[in-house]
Amino acid sequence: MSLPDRKRSKMDAHTISKDLMVEDHSINELIGSAFQQTRQGRFIADKIIVTCLSLCAMCVLFFLYSILWHLLSQGISSLNLEFLTHLPKPVGEDGGGMANAIVGSLILLGIAVLVGVPIGLGSGIYLSEYANQRFAQIVRFVTDVMNGIPSIVYGIFAYTVFVVPLKSFSAFSGGIALGIMMIPMITRTTESFIRMVPVHLREAGLALGTPKWRVIVDIVVPSSLGGIVTGIMVSLARVAGETAPLLFTAFGNRFWHSSLFQPIAALPLQIFSYAISPFDDWHRQAWAGALVLIMIVFIMNFSAVYFVSRQNQFITGKITNKRMRGMKN
Amino acid sequence: MNGQKETSIKLPKTKITSGKLDALMLTETPTKITVKKINFYYGKQHVLKDISINIRGQKVTALIGPSGCGKSTLLRTFNRMNDLIPHVRMEGEVLIDDRNIYHKETDVVELRRKVGMVFQKSTPFPKSIYDNVAYGLKIIGVKDKNLVNQIVEKSLHRAALWDEVKDNLGKSAMALSGGQQQRLCIARALAVGPEVLLMDEPCSALDPGATAKVEELIFELKNDYTIAIVTHNMQQAARVSDFTVFLYLGELVEFGSTDKMFTVPKDKRTEEYLTGKFG
Repeated sequence: MSLPDRKRSKMDAHTISKDLMVEDHSINELIGSAFQQTRQGRFIADKIIVTCLSLCAMCVLFFLYSILWHLLSQGISSLNLEFLTHLPKPVGEDGGGMANAIVGSLILLGIAVLVGVPIGLGSGIYLSEYANQRFAQIVRFVTDVMNGIPSIVYGIFAYTVFVVPLKSFSAFSGGIALGIMMIPMITRTTESFIRMVPVHLREAGLALGTPKWRVIVDIVVPSSLGGIVTGIMVSLARVAGETAPLLFTAFGNRFWHSSLFQPIAALPLQIFSYAISPFDDWHRQAWAGALVLIMIVFIMNFSAVYFVSRQNQFITGKITNKRMRGMKN
Repeated sequence: MNGQKETSIKLPKTKITSGKLDALMLTETPTKITVKKINFYYGKQHVLKDISINIRGQKVTALIGPSGCGKSTLLRTFNRMNDLIPHVRMEGEVLIDDRNIYHKETDVVELRRKVGMVFQKSTPFPKSIYDNVAYGLKIIGVKDKNLVNQIVEKSLHRAALWDEVKDNLGKSAMALSGGQQQRLCIARALAVGPEVLLMDEPCSALDPGATAKVEELIFELKNDYTIAIVTHNMQQAARVSDFTVFLYLGELVEFGSTDKMFTVPKDKRTEEYLTGKFG
């Protein structure tokens, strides 16, 4: 636009506004009636949207509670001390339990945590604190892709890398498969929570002469601990119920495992094989197994929430660090 | 950056021209920080231009100027906090006790122990009050529990916070009020035994009551420490400082005793800034 053009359009605008003044209508008068006419519409639109959103929220509750109710009603009858402490009985015999599968699942999750948490945490910290943007972008993209890979693929991977060379299905390979699945989730949550720690807090640490790694360990990570722990718990809960990766790795076992390099029972596997069996008794046990599985996940989550809230209570000053009571001179 | 430090040594000595430094000549305390011909760049942006000043020991020097004039950057060259920012370049020297802190053999940890810093936002660590003050000692490696206790108490006393927190040392520092947090940060800086205290707008987030307390504290601390304070508040500069540095668009406009500068500014820009014509 050349200069004269711009000048003219400016003048046009000027004359228009002058016209408005000449007709003696203020803007308020001009739009006022339109505003009045749409009042009803706006009110209704607001109501509709709020109603839709609250319905969505209720759907969430509905699904969660109906799953829980279903599990409880079907599984509670078979859930007893014998179920928790005994091995499965042979076909045709009543009773028996899933003690080996419960312990097996806990062992698998333990191995998964040992693999997934250090690597996920470390890479999350590295991405937010040290990596250059290019490299961080690549790793972020890879973690997103990894999150989308079907879990059975992780199982096949662990099968070819660990099971075939070791010539045995094993708790070890199953745990690693689950651990690898945890890595991308933990990496992303750790990175994003650590990024939220304000720059001036890091600078305050560095200004005391603290080396950068110490600032990260002592100040940055504790500041974002709540978010990091929540991320770990979510990923753990997700892999706790995985069945597919274990089919090729842990394989399942109707007895106690003899070592970590032997096939091991796991709740999801046991539930799967009992659920597709033709026996009513096994069906009931599968429900009870699912109930136990979900309870394990709940207990882990609640303890994490408790831990995080204790931490927050300390930070906001509601509770006091007991170690310090001695230092009152 | 080391390369530039090397070349900077060859720069000619700063000529003390004009009457800018007259006021300094009259004071007895020796120079603590000497800034020699500093040029500072963020990428291509030239934010400090040929700055040379001498900061006296046991005095408060205020750095003033409109936003973006480089006063915080200048302050942060005194403890090499700018090293942490990517794509920056610095030429020139900063001498503390006649030693170039940008020399490649400078131990940055030792430097920052000697030159403490307090920030605009109070920055308590997510730890207890005690652990906050003891943190610097832990980093240095002081293990004697008794000694740490003593230093923590002394530092909190010096920061005029002891009476308010002595019964709650195990409480989280986050639970303190804004003004208390800022004094805690001062205590934390004092605990490692600094000789210089850098304050980057320490009161800008505080209410007038808390500001008054911090200012009082600055007044007391200057007997033992060399203090450089960045402030946006002209009255504060007038109240707490002995010397004032006025920067404008990265240039040193005027540097002299606060009394003189606030009553008879030599430069027209200083006068206009002090009287609120821009800023």
